[in-house]
Amino acid sequence: MEFGPFLLLALMEGLVGAAVLALTASGLSLVFGVMRVVNVAHGEFFMLGAVAAWFVSQWVPGPPAVAFAVALVVCPLIVAALAALADLAILKRLKHEPEATIVATIGLLYILQQAALTVYGPEARPVPAPFEMRLQLPWFGWSGYKLFVIGAAAAVLLGLWLMLTRTRAGLVMRATQIDRETATAFGIDVTRVHAGTFALGAALAAVAAVLIVPIQQAHYLMGGDPLLLSFIVVIIGGLGSLRGTLLAALLIGLSDGVISTFFQPTLAKIVATLLVALVLVFRPQGLFGARA
Amino acid sequence: MLTLDAVDAGFGRALVLRGLSFRARPSEVTCVMGRNGAGKTTMLRAIMGQVPVSAGRITLDGQRIETLAPHLIPQLGVGYVPQGRRLFGSLTVAENLDIGLMTRGRGRATRDRVLDLFPRLRERLGQTAATLSGGEQQMLAIARALCLEPKVILLDEPTEGLQPSMIAAIRDTVRTLRGMGVAVVLVEQRAEAVLDLADRVAFVETGRVAEMVPAADLGPEAPQFARYVGV
Ligand SMILES: Nc1ncnc2c1ncn2[C@@H]1O[C@H](COP(=O)(O)OP(=O)(O)OP(=O)(O)O)[C@@H](O)[C@H]1O
Ligand SMILES: [Mg+2]
Repeated sequence: MEFGPFLLLALMEGLVGAAVLALTASGLSLVFGVMRVVNVAHGEFFMLGAVAAWFVSQWVPGPPAVAFAVALVVCPLIVAALAALADLAILKRLKHEPEATIVATIGLLYILQQAALTVYGPEARPVPAPFEMRLQLPWFGWSGYKLFVIGAAAAVLLGLWLMLTRTRAGLVMRATQIDRETATAFGIDVTRVHAGTFALGAALAAVAAVLIVPIQQAHYLMGGDPLLLSFIVVIIGGLGSLRGTLLAALLIGLSDGVISTFFQPTLAKIVATLLVALVLVFRPQGLFGARA
Repeated sequence: MLTLDAVDAGFGRALVLRGLSFRARPSEVTCVMGRNGAGKTTMLRAIMGQVPVSAGRITLDGQRIETLAPHLIPQLGVGYVPQGRRLFGSLTVAENLDIGLMTRGRGRATRDRVLDLFPRLRERLGQTAATLSGGEQQMLAIARALCLEPKVILLDEPTEGLQPSMIAAIRDTVRTLRGMGVAVVLVEQRAEAVLDLADRVAFVETGRVAEMVPAADLGPEAPQFARYVGV
């Protein structure tokens, strides 16, 4: 293949990764922003979304598209409910103290991983794509489903942005993020906001997983990479800044796609890590974050 | 009516309020005076449920509130204008007001009435709160609290650091609130402002109300000012 089309392919693959990463990382960023909780178990919510999607694909009869549609709605809801429960049962009792919640979410990571191993098993299992369609470009063919992933992720992110900027729930979340105590002095039940935010953050990871699992397979250890990449994105983009998160996800996703295609995936990870180091040294508040 | 009866409150082991008793009646301005660190802000924060109360009781119209979850207290009609304003700085003026409106489910009509009191805010609805001038920020902090149509409003040094024209505007607002039947609790350090506005004055010293006197009994040379405030 010539260089031009090859680069196009690399960028398109990178865009798929970027879309899924943007969803996952915005969940992590939202939880940190509103709750000041560094959720080390975020990748496990991603994994649970994928595993739940596999179960749904087994249980829902009919064409794969039906099972997929069900999974896309049901799996994030299940994961969100579990996250809300974890917040109320664990994080709330720790008063959402930053240090204590890091340790607690490490414990949660381990529990969720072992629970998945017990219930789902150690195998990697594929989930059928909702539809098979090939896009034939002049130089190469491409999976139509991947295009759908990009579109769906963009739609969910747009919905998230509208929710945060245009609705009462979003306003309440932003006010809580700025000043918990004053939010409480205006009748905002911060406990509920926290549980809801933790649930929403987990649901975003689960949506990302349901979208990616027809391409990637579900496995009980699959949460590690999305967690690491989400942290990279959130550090580069600036903690708690949604816009920064989206731009950084695009940057990391695209560079990952291009470098993996032209060289090798390991080099892509090295470059991302270098980028994080540079940001930490020269702009610790992130490329798009406000100075602390 | 808001009452505090023999309230102990503080942070951890250290009590800041010790046996503090206080009341504020509707259609009255009750001023709170006292030296730095006397416990004025802590008293207001205890009312809002932000500082744990370990003894005594706080009631609003006969209902105990110190046992409630803190977010329920404003929903009963207690508006709070904290020291230092504590606006949501990156939110717009309109959004800050929306937060206040949501507290007790008030809508456009309330917002219009509040903005009639502060026409300058109406011109700046889309601006973020942090970009307002100091006086405008204080107006917004008061306006936000008025959006819940409070029965009681707690104002913690609202004129601190403002220019004279702004101070006058805020005093007018306090009179308007009294006229509307609100119980106004005003922490204020300037004797002349207190004499001008207050119906009653509570002098706070080391975490308790040492004296509560009708403002009519105080003159510019009243000994309490020197004893409790040190002017
Ligand atoms: N968060 C806190 N933790 C521990 N002690 C506190 C805290 N806030 C206030 N205090 C202490 O409580 C006492 C009363 O403080 P408070 O802020 O109520 O005083 P104040 O009368 O409002 O003073 P000022 O005129 O300076 O506003 C002070 O000794 C202060 O150091
Ligand atoms: Mg004070």
